[in-house]
Amino acid sequence: MQRRTLLKSSAAALVAVSLAGPALAQDPLKVGFIYVGPIGDLGWSYQHDQGRLAIEEEFGDKIETVYLESVPEGADAERALTQMAMQGADLIFTTSFGYMDPTINVAAKFPDVKFEHATGYKRADNVATYNARFYEGRAVMGTIAGHMTKSNKIGYIGSFPIPEVIQGINATFIHAQKVNPDVEISVVWAYTWFDPAKEADAAKALIEQGVDVILAHTDSTAPLAEAAKTEGVIGFGQASDMLDFAPSPRVSSIIDDWSPYYIKRVQEALDGTWTSTDTWGGIGEGEVVIGEITDAVPAEVKAEAEALAAAIGDKSYHPFTGPLNKQDGSAWLAEGEVADDGTLAGMNFYVEGIKGDIPQ
Amino acid sequence: MLKLERRPAPSRLWTAATPVLAVIATMIAGGLLFAALGKDPVEAIRTIFWDPLFGEFASYSRPQLLVKAGPLILIAIGLSLGFKAQVWNIGAEGQYMMGALFGAATGLAFYPTDSVLLFPAMVVMGAFGGFLWAMIPAVLKLRFGTSEILVSLMLVYVAQHIMSAASFGMLKNPEGMGFPGSRNFQHYPAAFNGELIAGTGMHWGGVAALGAVVAAYVLLSRHILGFHIRVAGEAPRAARFAGVSPALLTSVCLGTSGALAGLAGLFEVTGPAGQITTDFASGYGFTAIIVAFLGRLHPVGILLAGLLMALTYIGGELAQLTLNLPSAAVQAFQGMLLFFLLAFDVLANFRIRLAGRARA
Repeated sequence: MQRRTLLKSSAAALVAVSLAGPALAQDPLKVGFIYVGPIGDLGWSYQHDQGRLAIEEEFGDKIETVYLESVPEGADAERALTQMAMQGADLIFTTSFGYMDPTINVAAKFPDVKFEHATGYKRADNVATYNARFYEGRAVMGTIAGHMTKSNKIGYIGSFPIPEVIQGINATFIHAQKVNPDVEISVVWAYTWFDPAKEADAAKALIEQGVDVILAHTDSTAPLAEAAKTEGVIGFGQASDMLDFAPSPRVSSIIDDWSPYYIKRVQEALDGTWTSTDTWGGIGEGEVVIGEITDAVPAEVKAEAEALAAAIGDKSYHPFTGPLNKQDGSAWLAEGEVADDGTLAGMNFYVEGIKGDIPQ
Repeated sequence: MLKLERRPAPSRLWTAATPVLAVIATMIAGGLLFAALGKDPVEAIRTIFWDPLFGEFASYSRPQLLVKAGPLILIAIGLSLGFKAQVWNIGAEGQYMMGALFGAATGLAFYPTDSVLLFPAMVVMGAFGGFLWAMIPAVLKLRFGTSEILVSLMLVYVAQHIMSAASFGMLKNPEGMGFPGSRNFQHYPAAFNGELIAGTGMHWGGVAALGAVVAAYVLLSRHILGFHIRVAGEAPRAARFAGVSPALLTSVCLGTSGALAGLAGLFEVTGPAGQITTDFASGYGFTAIIVAFLGRLHPVGILLAGLLMALTYIGGELAQLTLNLPSAAVQAFQGMLLFFLLAFDVLANFRIRLAGRARA
């Protein structure tokens, strides 16, 4: 505020301009965040805000952070981003897929401001993109699920039929089938990222079909709460650790941890080495974290899951390694071949063995 | 003891004064709320009401007021006609979505044409989509006596599902790498509703909103239909004697409000929003109900109320950015506005008397 009042008097403004060179070095880097939900959603936006708090702790008064929460995707996002850039933000993280076009538009108007868009695919000189390889975590969950299911039926609550979610379903099934050839997977589409009532209904429907392991690609704790009502049904935390449901039904979790990436990028912006990149970090980069595997899981299964996570982390194993066929039986990956990122980013098919169709 | 005594006719003075009083009371109560959150209340109120108009970046935010207020005014004008005649269309949000869908689908069907006839055709289809959606409650009311309040509201949720299906299915961008959402109209010049004069924020939606204000004013003060609408609301029995057909009036009111909401949706999707997405609707249809009442169901009042509402949105964002106010506090602030308006309405319809004196 003080800085703004100062700038209002034109004399002071002149002084400020003449001192701009050295003054800039002293100015804290202003880092902005735009969230699609409230920061109290305990899921997606909450985890991004944890990342914001992490950079505040890491860099102290070298930086200053601002955020806007519950910003609707579309026209409002473009205005919110413009206002943020005008208020002097130097680096802005836009944390939802729907902010893609607004981010590109606003970035074109503010070439000196750096933008980072989560989960999108459009880049520019001052727009980088970043996402996490959630499917790596799914591979670990799939291994646990394959061992733990007694009915040989695992259920998956999908949010929307987009590549990121389809990667998760495929990774889960491939690894469940590896340890349990008889396993089947049922997918229910909830068409929401966060709607506890719908998610609970989906979980209920799956349990009634005889499913005893539930995975969710939606962000609330409702599927776990539903699993808790039936003896012998287990599930996993999603986006957040969801430890309230441990040791069972929550036997492990996939945690989105954006802190390492945010710290790295802010450091680069401070050093002047920031460039537009496309980052897709996973377990190895610390962006995808496997939550503690509880005692409800037998020790040898736990050890196998942890070994798999470690192998994915040090890149000695890729969750999509051939031989793998597509659902229709056509060949996808040959023996030992590894899926390329382009195919994964646009994944719109199930692997062989999954029943049902992807809604189009 | 205070006693409320019904006035024979609403006080003209108080009817005009209550919106002003409501705004002042909201500033006071809101200031207390902000103070309780540990923010400087004067600073917060100034940021919300003053900065968007006269602050450092007003050259950007002033045009944005028009962009935000345009659809609100357009929808509210339509709603006010019905509300005056006691026809309660609560589902403008659904009509807004259907207008956007019909118009956008028309435009996308002819991609990539450069015909000058395309945009007018889309405008007609947009209005038609909204009209059609609003005629469902009208027909059901006339044929079966259903409540237009419930039917129009429920149709919002139906529209939301159609919107979702369209962005994943028939209107999905074929070049969008499988991600949901239609093509962006920004890259489709024949269908794009851009600024008419650069830097003013005025697009066809704003022109339509101003046109609707003038048309509604003329209709209500000069035209026999306007007279029928007023009479039907104020004295239904007298209206019947005056030869007003309730069926026709219901259809006209619902149809007109639906068509205007559809237009608003079309101008929004082809302009500021740019594309059909699952989250396209951002509550304009519901906020317009507040705008209609805040503007006393009077065209000029609605024009001012729409601008005021837009001011609280844009100022609210600024307050979040510069003062770190939580978005929920800004929403509560907007809610107070309607609350105080309704509370002060008592003064327009009732006289406050001391009970003891009245008896003597």
